[in-house]
Amino acid sequence: MNPLDLVRARPDAAFRLTFDGRPIEALPGQTVAAALWTAGEMSWRTTRGSGTSRGVFCGIGVCHDCLVTVDGRPNLRACLVPAEPGADVRTQEGTGHHDD
Amino acid sequence: MTEPPRLAVIGAGPAGLAATLAAAARGVRVTLVDAGQGPGGQFWRQPAPELRARRPQALHHQWRTWKRLRTGLDTHLTAGRVTYLTDHHVWCVERESAGFTVHALLGPEQERPVSVRADGVLLATGGYEKVLPFPGWTLPGVITAGGAQAMLKGGLVLPGRTAVVAGTGPLLLPVATGLASAGARVVAVVDSTDPRAFVRRAGVLVREPTKLAEGAGYAARLLRYGVKAVMCHAVLEAHGTERLEGVTVAALDRRGRPVPGGTRYITCDTLAVSHGLLPHTDLADGLGCGLDGSAVRVDAEQRTDVPGVWAAGEATGIGGATLSLAEGHIAGRSAAARLRGILPDPASWAPAARTRTRLRTFFTALDSVYTPPARWAEQVTDDTVVCRCEEVTAGAVREAVGGLGAGDLRTVKLLTRAGMGWCQGRVCEAGVAGVAGCPPTPGRRLLARPVPLGVLAEAGDEGGAGGGA
Ligand SMILES: Cc1cc2nc3c(=O)[nH]c(=O)nc-3n(C[C@H](O)[C@H](O)[C@H](O)COP(=O)(O)OP(=O)(O)OC[C@H]3O[C@@H](n4cnc5c(N)ncnc54)[C@H](O)[C@@H]3O)c2cc1C
Ligand code: FES
Repeated sequence: MNPLDLVRARPDAAFRLTFDGRPIEALPGQTVAAALWTAGEMSWRTTRGSGTSRGVFCGIGVCHDCLVTVDGRPNLRACLVPAEPGADVRTQEGTGHHDD
Repeated sequence: MTEPPRLAVIGAGPAGLAATLAAAARGVRVTLVDAGQGPGGQFWRQPAPELRARRPQALHHQWRTWKRLRTGLDTHLTAGRVTYLTDHHVWCVERESAGFTVHALLGPEQERPVSVRADGVLLATGGYEKVLPFPGWTLPGVITAGGAQAMLKGGLVLPGRTAVVAGTGPLLLPVATGLASAGARVVAVVDSTDPRAFVRRAGVLVREPTKLAEGAGYAARLLRYGVKAVMCHAVLEAHGTERLEGVTVAALDRRGRPVPGGTRYITCDTLAVSHGLLPHTDLADGLGCGLDGSAVRVDAEQRTDVPGVWAAGEATGIGGATLSLAEGHIAGRSAAARLRGILPDPASWAPAARTRTRLRTFFTALDSVYTPPARWAEQVTDDTVVCRCEEVTAGAVREAVGGLGAGDLRTVKLLTRAGMGWCQGRVCEAGVAGVAGCPPTPGRRLLARPVPLGVLAEAGDEGGAGGGA
């Protein structure tokens, strides 16, 4: 069993986006975080101080651990932002502004 | 003809939906505002419509109640009695001489401002999860239990293959059941609660047979999935370098300390952890509503201390979806009457009031049972990050208390920056207070959401504040 079969989901065809330049697939309606999880990715940010990896923690927009850069815009919460076809999703380092 | 009064309901979870239906049916124009893409809140979070789930109920409970609320909302929307604004993140509610203005930011990037005018405001903002720190809790793969549930219900995704569900509280069982039914291998449910605490409160707990049956139902399903649940145990540490690889679980003694030699290692790629929920109180706080402990204070009609402002659901105390529905219903009826200048008749909502009394008693008892181990903070090593945003370690917090003499949470915060980052202390407050040995005074947050400076600059100017609704 997987979650899609459990609820008998019949989504439209998956589309492609890229994560750090590599193509990954997402389903229409999923957030960037859900798309990354589907692709087996758990982390897409490194912290400002120690540079350690982070990904989803709260899943509902509270913790800001899931910050990601999409199409050049840093600091978006991956658990809230919808995945779009062709989006250029990149691991965010530090503040995402190349200033540290 | 005079215009009907306007009520803004913030939050479209069980409480907000019940309130919306109750008020709209009684001659009030309701604007329902929610940050999410669709109604349901945390309890009835739905998969995105594009995922075309034909049996979404497989992930849900009380589906018939949900259908009734959904149909009711649609009826009022069609009749024009309710306006529903999705994807609207409310960052502040402003009180004016004649009514209120609800300020929201629109869209995933939350930059476009929108404001809504209303004669009354009903806060149904729900809660979020409390997680106490432990070594390794910042590793990718460690997530909140409710977060795992939210990602599953909303995006139909699982974090990994092999999960441990741990912490304390009634949420662990539905989350473990949800993960297992969706195909994750749940290797253990680890709850630090001492079963003897249940026995001590048995008198109160047995008076709520449906709740006990619910718990027993989850336990039976977990058994069928072959999931082992252990009480009086806790995760001491999460291990891994780039991501979670396993956890150390310990048996706890009567005082909540790990039993020497009682630890074991469990391999897993996911740890879903929760130590209970906390109410979302920022908007209430900003309006000047009083709090009771960590929850918004309300009277028997669900009115806050501020005239024209009601609150319902988990914002007023954690107690599950059924209690939230009852409170929402009462709040909606009270608001409808009072905004129309009529004195409400509490007898008209007596069944909901009885449910509220019963469930509040039950959850107060449950809350005293599900407590994290008394000495959990002793297990947090000095190099453990306690404030995730600002990367403040337990050692720095202890130094602020022991070395620099900080005696309260505010001083600890000023000395260490704990709680000053992106999440504004929502995630770390309880943990930092525990490590510091200070009472967990809820921090005041002026804004419920991060707001772009341009929006703040324009906030005073209605024309610039974007489309009104
Ligand atoms: C992540 C999570 C998962 C949970 N999963 C379960 C579960 O599986 N089973 C279970 O029994 N209980 C679960 N719970 C408990 C559940 O929250 C309650 O039982 C119930 O949903 C409470 O209803 P409510 O209406 O008070 O709040 P909620 O259902 O939390 O609804 C609050 C709503 O308010 C909105 N909101 C909050 N602040 C703002 C703002 N500033 N601007 C705009 N909108 C806002 C939110 O988007 C949300 O839709 C979960 C809790 C959390 C936090
Ligand atoms: S995971 Fe917490 S904000 Fe996205």
